[in-house]
Amino acid sequence: MMLPPSRSIAGGLLICFLFMLSTQKTEAKKSEDIRCKCICPPYKDIEGQIYNQNVSLKDCNCLHVVEPMPVEGKDVEAYCLRCECKYEERSSGTIKATIIIYLSVLGLLLLYMVYLTLLEPMLKRRLFGHSQLIQSEDDVGDQQPFANAHDVLSRSRSRPNMLNKVEYAQQRWRRQVQEQRKSVFDRHVVLS
Amino acid sequence: MIEITFRPMSVFQSDITLCHSEVVWGETHFSLHLFTATPTEEMNGAGNLMDFLDEPLPDVGTYEDFHTIDWLREKSRDTDRHRKITNRSKESIWEFVKSLLDAWSGWVVMLLIGLLSGTLAGVIDLAVDWMTDLKEGVCLSAFWYSHEQCCWTSNETTFADRDKCPQWQKWAELMTGHTESAGAYVLNYFLYVLWALFFSFLAVSLVRVFAPYACGSGIPEIKTILSGFIIRGYLGKWTLLIKTVTLVLAVSSGLSLGKEGPLVHVACCCGNLFCSLFSKYSKNEGKRREVLSAAAAAGVSVAFGAPIGGVLFSLEEVSYYFPLKTLWRSFFAALVAAFTLRSINPFGNNRLVLFYVEYHTPWYMAELVPFILLGVFGGLWGTLFIRGNIAWCRRRKTTQLGKYPVLEVIVVTGITAILAFPNPYTRRSTSELISELFNDCGALESSQLCDYINNPNMSRPEDDIPDRPAGPGVYMALWQLALALIFKIVITIFTFGMKIPSGLFIPSMAVGAIAGRIVGIAVEQMAYHHHDWIIFKNWCRPGADCVTPGLYAMVGAAACLGGVTRMTVSLVVIMFELTGGLEYIVPLMAAAVTSKWVADAFGKEGIYEAHIRLNGYPYLDQDEFTHRTLATDVMRPRRNEPPLSVLTQDSTTVEDVETLIKETDYNGFPVVVSRESERLIGFVQRRDLILAIKNARQKQDGVVSNSVVYFTEDAPQLPASNPQPLKLRRILNLSPFTVTDHTPMETVVDIFRKLGLRQCLVTRSGRLLGIITKKDVLRHMAQMMNQDPESIMFN
Repeated sequence: MMLPPSRSIAGGLLICFLFMLSTQKTEAKKSEDIRCKCICPPYKDIEGQIYNQNVSLKDCNCLHVVEPMPVEGKDVEAYCLRCECKYEERSSGTIKATIIIYLSVLGLLLLYMVYLTLLEPMLKRRLFGHSQLIQSEDDVGDQQPFANAHDVLSRSRSRPNMLNKVEYAQQRWRRQVQEQRKSVFDRHVVLS
Repeated sequence: MIEITFRPMSVFQSDITLCHSEVVWGETHFSLHLFTATPTEEMNGAGNLMDFLDEPLPDVGTYEDFHTIDWLREKSRDTDRHRKITNRSKESIWEFVKSLLDAWSGWVVMLLIGLLSGTLAGVIDLAVDWMTDLKEGVCLSAFWYSHEQCCWTSNETTFADRDKCPQWQKWAELMTGHTESAGAYVLNYFLYVLWALFFSFLAVSLVRVFAPYACGSGIPEIKTILSGFIIRGYLGKWTLLIKTVTLVLAVSSGLSLGKEGPLVHVACCCGNLFCSLFSKYSKNEGKRREVLSAAAAAGVSVAFGAPIGGVLFSLEEVSYYFPLKTLWRSFFAALVAAFTLRSINPFGNNRLVLFYVEYHTPWYMAELVPFILLGVFGGLWGTLFIRGNIAWCRRRKTTQLGKYPVLEVIVVTGITAILAFPNPYTRRSTSELISELFNDCGALESSQLCDYINNPNMSRPEDDIPDRPAGPGVYMALWQLALALIFKIVITIFTFGMKIPSGLFIPSMAVGAIAGRIVGIAVEQMAYHHHDWIIFKNWCRPGADCVTPGLYAMVGAAACLGGVTRMTVSLVVIMFELTGGLEYIVPLMAAAVTSKWVADAFGKEGIYEAHIRLNGYPYLDQDEFTHRTLATDVMRPRRNEPPLSVLTQDSTTVEDVETLIKETDYNGFPVVVSRESERLIGFVQRRDLILAIKNARQKQDGVVSNSVVYFTEDAPQLPASNPQPLKLRRILNLSPFTVTDHTPMETVVDIFRKLGLRQCLVTRSGRLLGIITKKDVLRHMAQMMNQDPESIMFN
């Protein structure tokens, strides 16, 4: 898999971020994204209650939100004194966009992982036949992904075109990951 | 013109054969063959689009993996670069603009780091929120909503059951339609464990396949990197991506770990990513570490919503050299990151803070006694955790346990999920638990912990609730909390350090908060039932508010976190930024100081230093060296070792040099006048020698194995029949650091630490005696502290 240069990664991420900020702003104040939540504890023989309403900040108090008012007349003030009203905002667009982006990235990574661990060795074995099997005897015990990185590397030197370069970069990346895996998982020299 | 051959790369310096990647080109400092097509260099705008797919060719003056950088060389290179730009800026307007851009590039990098860290932290928070609730149920109206978000607009929430609404259903309810039966409970239990196992299996597989460096907390390795060590790929793009994605999975699976340490790693990866945009930072390892210090501050700032605490954390825990310029840059990066996170607004209430406490009740001097007791508990727990965790990690490193990382993660997740589900306090996410423990019980709370017996005739506003006797719900909650405490203490020891991203701030705070709340409720009930005792009579008036158990939870959390990490100032600042409780700075400080004293009495190292020592990283910490040894006791060669391998200034041949390089694995060689006089000229690095000789053999005519290598200004007088000599003065460092053999080791350690040296030569009466490397210093220090000197692995 080719790794785009850092500049375009950085640019892509900035665009992502701006997109997320803009989804938040263009949704502006969708009516279901603001609420005033009043919690009123038990009073005399009235149970505790929670009241929700989509009102703006200036109307977020007991008198506007608590409807129907369970007490009458003079008790209203005493009742309202015990209630607590909070104004809350959220951005449903941001939440939706974030979760969907996250799930797509996770899904892509999982697909790529399945491809690398299961499909690619099968395909390579079918393409290169027995010669590959003989060479991979040397890596006996190395069942990890990217075990055949060296072999493919030497084979792909002949055709200098774009596809070849992509594969070359991919093999280089695989070798690096294999080295990292050896230090962390096998030899336990780093990050133990 | 450029020829690249690859050999299988080995990681240890002792395994590196003659060349691990042989590149033939000129040296960049003074020569004319300047090759500048490194893919991300901004100066070279030309260059094929496909060049980025070629491997970046190593520059002369770059470092090998798992080696230490030369701080002095990096500093002088930066000074040179800066002087060149300043001189050129007077020439034309364009050059002046370029010099301005160069000056501002630091701030631009900080801005970008802040933006990206804030964005990633917001994404992580939202995704964790959703996925944690996914283990228990799903929102039917819109699947991307977590439990709280799903019930946000509903009108069916009741006072007693604030979270229930018809749109969000548990799995058993969705699948079978029953809600409260035993079968539904078992089905919920089973699905909870299944989801937890699924998430953690995904996490460890992704880490293993794509980025093995993404596991663990990251802070010990970042500390080592900031002190000058190179770990290639640790701050790379794949590590960044995988760490972000798997962190969400690991936290959502219900394991006893937090996301703060990994967020510091993520922020440093962002820092590294943006460093490569500017050659000022990408080519200079010293300047790069300044950016990484600031990025670490941004990481803590978004992890906790504590910008100032983040800067102090970077200063106290993570950074090695922290000049004032870095302080300003960190401040700016933390600010931008906090601002970005706030505009994404993950917590839905315009606050960055996870655990906002809204009470402002005063605390009393007599309460310092339980606070100090909590500090002692924090120190003891810190010691227990560090010893247990290091023992377990050592076992993982040396025995068969380390061969089954995936299985280990799955087993630990299974045990955690099975034991956590029955107890409602461990079933929910740890952040929610801490939030509930920090909150005080006003009249509006209806959780089990707040089940106090209310006087029905009371008509006070909720802020002034006097002490009340505890109802049965509180006692039940206390039992459950005690069980949760024991569970968390044990399981965190086995969780931290597994091969998935794991932090330990939140679990430590949870342990402390539980202990604190239990103590707080105990004190509160004691004050209520025995209000005629002398201590309580002066302090508590019956009918007035006396003890706030939420405050005890806060103090306990600070004590435990301080006991494990040994932070002081940054801990207190983070705690009061987390909670907004500025009145409570003095209790927090008391607990933090006490826990640090108690923990230091048992062992000097915090958890991060202990992990650094376990891995054998070459980290020279700031402790004082107080033994009376001399340089001559530490230097190599020792009495029974072969003599020092040196090069002479004009009598070594190319063949001799190559033999020396092949037979030894030293990182550099001193250059002396002659083997008889042994007077020191300078020091030459192994890597530079290899590249220079390779280059000379390929490019220069007449250089053969018998050619003499000389380091003087003028060629030595040789008979005409000798082949052409090879001048290598340009790779010679003419000012190596030297000490005499009677220099006390205290001074030598100080020099190594303050200047960031890698090696130091020892002379007597002007003659070269030996060499002291950083590895020797670390081994000597380990020996002096009766630790195993062979555990120091890297140089």
